[in-house]
Amino acid sequence: MIRNESSVLDHYQAMELAVSALLIEKGYFTEEDMVAEINAMEKRTPEIGAAVVARAWVDAEFKERLIEDGTAACESIGLDMGPTRLMVVESTNEVHNVIVCTLCSCFPRMLMGIPPDWYKSENYRSRVVREPRAVLKEFGTVLPDGISVRVHDNTADMRYLVLPRRPDGTEGMSQEELAKLVTRNSMIGVAIVEAP
Amino acid sequence: MTDAGRMHHDMGGREAGPINQKPHSHPDWEKRVDALMMLLSNNKRRLIKVDELRRGIEELGAEKYSKMTYYERWTASITHNLLEKGIITSDELGRKMAEIEQAARSERGAG
Repeated sequence: MIRNESSVLDHYQAMELAVSALLIEKGYFTEEDMVAEINAMEKRTPEIGAAVVARAWVDAEFKERLIEDGTAACESIGLDMGPTRLMVVESTNEVHNVIVCTLCSCFPRMLMGIPPDWYKSENYRSRVVREPRAVLKEFGTVLPDGISVRVHDNTADMRYLVLPRRPDGTEGMSQEELAKLVTRNSMIGVAIVEAP
Repeated sequence: MTDAGRMHHDMGGREAGPINQKPHSHPDWEKRVDALMMLLSNNKRRLIKVDELRRGIEELGAEKYSKMTYYERWTASITHNLLEKGIITSDELGRKMAEIEQAARSERGAG
């Protein structure tokens, strides 16, 4: 049983346990399904997205498919994309892309897991569409003046993933080596990928 | 930019402060809520859509929205949606919550 220190059982914790217990009694799912789902979510980490990005960097044909239909391209390499559609936006020397969900917390979870808290925060959601450069600066990212910044707002049914610009000086690197350079923040667009 | 006619959750473009980048590790109960929503929304069940989850969260109103934690809002909305669809009843929910709270109290008493 889950408790916190201030009370025996928090109201909403009790509510979740009650709702899940009722749904299990009614046969909608089993406790094993719940455990499997928790484990599956823990396995969804930014490394999945990083592998997709690195593949797009080394495989031009895959990159083309990824930008044309992100969901289909990811499914073609065996990734479970769930019920939402994926749109991949490519950052270049001319355009830098950033993602947000101004209305709530929609995020390409199938490729990166549960979003970080700051992504769901009022301050990020409010400001990134108004002053993206100032927000990026807080994350230590300063873009050259000539580059355009595009901010993409996720929805319940459609999720964006940033395909960051491949850093210069990585020409000789393998797909696996490249994947290690790709961070969650660079796929959100608050960071760029740095050469090692 | 005007806020006229905007709901509280519709935050894009508002003035706000610095972003707190501190990482958060999810306690087990939050992982359960997340898993519950995934189970209910997946292609196999399709009992609650993500839009429905969001609507339930928005309908909490500005005050609750700002006071409750993220997964508390999810729990409230999931429960509301299930009640609305008649998948569970408020009677069943009340009884089950009382049962769970009672069990937690006796477990603590015994421990």
